[in-house]
Amino acid sequence: MIARIIGTTALATAAIALASGTALAQKKYDTGATDTEIKVGNLMPYSGPGSAYGVIGQVEAAYFKMINDKGGINGRKVNFISYDDAYSPPKAVEQTRKLVESDEVLLMFDPLGTANNTAIQKYLNSKKVPQLFVAAGATKFNDPKNFPWTTGWQPSYQSEARAYAKYILKEKPNAKVAVFYQNDDLGKDYLKGLKDKLGAQIVAEESYETSEPTIDSHIVKLKATGADTLVDISSPKFAAQAIKKIAEVDWKPLHILSNVSASVGSVIKPAGFENAQGIISATYLKDPADPQWDNDPGMKEFQGFLSKYYPEGNKRDILLITGYALAETLAQTLKQCADDLTRENVMKQAANLKDWRTEALLPGIYVNTSPTDFAPISQLRLMRFSGEKWELFGDVINGDTE
Amino acid sequence: MSAAEEVVAEGHEAVEAVPKRAMTLSTTTSLVVLAVLLIVPLFAKNFIIFQLTMLLIYGLAVLALNILTGGSGQFSLGQSAFYGIGAYVTAVMMEQFNVPYFLCLPVAGVLCFGAGFLFGQPALRLSGVYLALATFALATAMPQLLKLNFLEKWTGGVQGLIVTKPDAPFGLPMSQDMWLYYFTLVVVLAIYIFSVNLLRSRSGRAFMAIRDNEIAASAMGVNVALYKTLAFGVSAAITGVAGGLSAIAVQFVAPDSFTITLAIQLFLGMVVGGVGWLPGSIVGAAFIIFVPNIAEGISKGLSGAVFGVLLFLVIYLVPHGARQVAILSQGRIAKLK
Amino acid sequence: MELFTNQVLAGIATGAIYACMALAVVMIYQAIDHLNFAQGEMAMFSTFISWQLMQWGVSYWAAFVLTLAFSFVAGIAIERILFKPLAKAPVLTNVAGFIALFAIINSSAGLIWDFTIKQYPTPFGSSPFLGSQLISTHQAGMIGVTVLLLLGLYFFFQYTRIGLAMRAAASVPESARLVGINTSWMIALGWGMATAIGSIAGMLIAPVVFLEPNMMGGVLIYGFAAAVLGGLTSPFGAVVGGFLVGIFENLAGTYIPGVGNELKLPIALALIISVLVVKPAGLFGRHIVKRV
Repeated sequence: MIARIIGTTALATAAIALASGTALAQKKYDTGATDTEIKVGNLMPYSGPGSAYGVIGQVEAAYFKMINDKGGINGRKVNFISYDDAYSPPKAVEQTRKLVESDEVLLMFDPLGTANNTAIQKYLNSKKVPQLFVAAGATKFNDPKNFPWTTGWQPSYQSEARAYAKYILKEKPNAKVAVFYQNDDLGKDYLKGLKDKLGAQIVAEESYETSEPTIDSHIVKLKATGADTLVDISSPKFAAQAIKKIAEVDWKPLHILSNVSASVGSVIKPAGFENAQGIISATYLKDPADPQWDNDPGMKEFQGFLSKYYPEGNKRDILLITGYALAETLAQTLKQCADDLTRENVMKQAANLKDWRTEALLPGIYVNTSPTDFAPISQLRLMRFSGEKWELFGDVINGDTE
Repeated sequence: MSAAEEVVAEGHEAVEAVPKRAMTLSTTTSLVVLAVLLIVPLFAKNFIIFQLTMLLIYGLAVLALNILTGGSGQFSLGQSAFYGIGAYVTAVMMEQFNVPYFLCLPVAGVLCFGAGFLFGQPALRLSGVYLALATFALATAMPQLLKLNFLEKWTGGVQGLIVTKPDAPFGLPMSQDMWLYYFTLVVVLAIYIFSVNLLRSRSGRAFMAIRDNEIAASAMGVNVALYKTLAFGVSAAITGVAGGLSAIAVQFVAPDSFTITLAIQLFLGMVVGGVGWLPGSIVGAAFIIFVPNIAEGISKGLSGAVFGVLLFLVIYLVPHGARQVAILSQGRIAKLK
Repeated sequence: MELFTNQVLAGIATGAIYACMALAVVMIYQAIDHLNFAQGEMAMFSTFISWQLMQWGVSYWAAFVLTLAFSFVAGIAIERILFKPLAKAPVLTNVAGFIALFAIINSSAGLIWDFTIKQYPTPFGSSPFLGSQLISTHQAGMIGVTVLLLLGLYFFFQYTRIGLAMRAAASVPESARLVGINTSWMIALGWGMATAIGSIAGMLIAPVVFLEPNMMGGVLIYGFAAAVLGGLTSPFGAVVGGFLVGIFENLAGTYIPGVGNELKLPIALALIISVLVVKPAGLFGRHIVKRV
């Protein structure tokens, strides 16, 4: 019944908008927005198995605090309400409903994880509440036709996988490819992207569970298949183990590492620089642990922000700059909304980011959306690990079109 | 090793004896609680109704564990597995085969009864920590079983399955949430009454005899094997129904929803509610739903630690859980009279 | 055949991790007669302490010894402060206490040292051991330390007064008190020793799995499984159990077609349960006779 009432209100608002013609000049609000405040809802795994990601929520909170100190967005303070979903879908549904129905937020921003976002996607779309910039790379979050209230953010796992496949086909056309993946949505999505392009060239698929203490046995098994190329889709801890183990068993495949684990600070360095030489990956963000950005103005600004607003954070953690870039994207969207803070306009503006970029992104990477494209970042650059840093090479790849 | 070590002295049981009368509430209290459960949703927001629905569902799952542990003295850390089976059976039947939701629940219950009964067989020979490990193994295995490739056609694999929430029937003027709440309430009440009667019946007495002293029970002619597996089966069936209800309420099932964390939560719910005291189940459920929310309200970065501290406080103050509070307050009231 | 040998070797290497943890599990079981779910987290925290000491410039062995001492004292302190008040509470309430302790330690470590993985040094180096790339010198060293610990524990429980007293206090507290054993302090001592052994396990495991707050989650499951398989009353059984679980898991993952890889943990656990059905006290555990 509530849904019906909201439905009618939306219709009524639309009718008023039509009747008054130029509605832009007026201030218009949906639930969660006023002259002084915009309420933004967020879910993060502050406890439970995904607690490593909790820092994303904390850095986002810090970012909005900075924005508010500077006077807010178009004069409105951002009230960032972030709840713990413990990385559990039922909890995510409970907390989302609390945010929407009890805290009455204008929009949901950056909930984390494919399962949790899937769990709340249908609810938010039926309530017509924007689910903006989800922290999950599944392709289903870029589906404006069926889910007009949901947008992705990062390049989709499948498009990244296709970029690797293309690289393999070009550089090593006769490669015998082994795929090592995490047995969850992350791994399966990549696997699909790889299979689409590489097909029969994949000689081995080996999955692991996050509950395993070490993945040594899988590496031993993969080496025995005689593959000469390894696509490694593992989360940071396991990626570091894999890099180390591959060096220990003296296996020398062309090692392609998914972007999830391309962090210098939290993967490559612990695994040992000497073991990581020549690894190929792709990225769209500047890595704060990569010395090549030390003098970059964008990076300096980010570090300055951290020192002032989130001094307890690990300055080298790539998750922090991810959260920072995400928060900047939301701030830009809200800025574009001007005084029309209806949920409809929020979606309209989220689908109207044109060649916008933040200095957290790699040079040459732009955020672009349109009413038919809800994937803000679809560009990536390939890179090769050399010495103590990543070396970018090749042109900017557009993951969606290739 | 010394001979002394080979003998475990009496009085070392995992679960203490609870007189069976003490397992329930008095009629007056029951009626008051029922009235509250009936009336509150009429004045609450949909979100609160949803939370209350989850409270009833978790309460049901804790109750199921209570029958197993409090009733028959068997310990389980594997309840999340049966909860998951129930949820998936319901979700798959509803979404892939278009079976109405109210028919899915009994099927989930029956299947879980079978699963529990079968699992009870090897569990028969195990007790204490060994049984804990066996059930723990079941809980760790379940998400991996749900992800299996050849089941993906039905289960949606790692991506999970979205479930459609049913509308109120007969054109009743209620929101989906409110309808589901009352539907859940009816199911939970029916099962609660069944459980109370079960524990008061011949079978219930057999459960408790086994709990208090297995060897003595068997000497008195109780078929220990049958009743132990039966307790597992009944507990699994009820947990399965709770899982099925949760699939409908949450509108989504995924392997990650049914991990060992859930089993641990249900266990905590039982301890906080009072082992062997059925009405405590709802108190325990409230603890596992609301206390994490309170904890993160106190500190985001340390929410786990705050939860731990709150849990410690509860078990220090009332080591026997809500049951202890109930007994204490009963004593007070009796004195006043 | 080469793959078989390799998987067995890799299994032994991984098994050493489980064996190490299983010893700590057996230790606490001997002292308090049940399992401590927070044991893995306590080991993780100790390992972080040693890591922090090394960050401050303390040498490896000095940090090792300091951490051992710290863990021993911390274990006793945890027992005295947190669990002694629960001594009269039901066993299940104590288990809830372990879960609370788990949450507190995990969350605090995350806040203090954050969740990014850290490299942890090894005193044994990580070059190939005896020409085999599958077992590194570190893993060989870990096996060596595990065996030393095992011998130490065996002598402690079998031949020292205090070891015997501790066993008596755990299994028959009433009778132990009658012969003048201070059972309460025996339990505290058991906590201290278990925590110290856990810290050794943590410091040996960390170079392989990397140091982070969740590093012991998976290890503890296997440590329990190994201890239970070998018999919770037998340190020797726990170590054998650790190696068996490691090897079996790898072979199941490699040779069972179809679901072997995806289900290697469930298969390993199912096997352990089958063993327990035949030998309910584990492979090397003493059968417990119940008196009515």
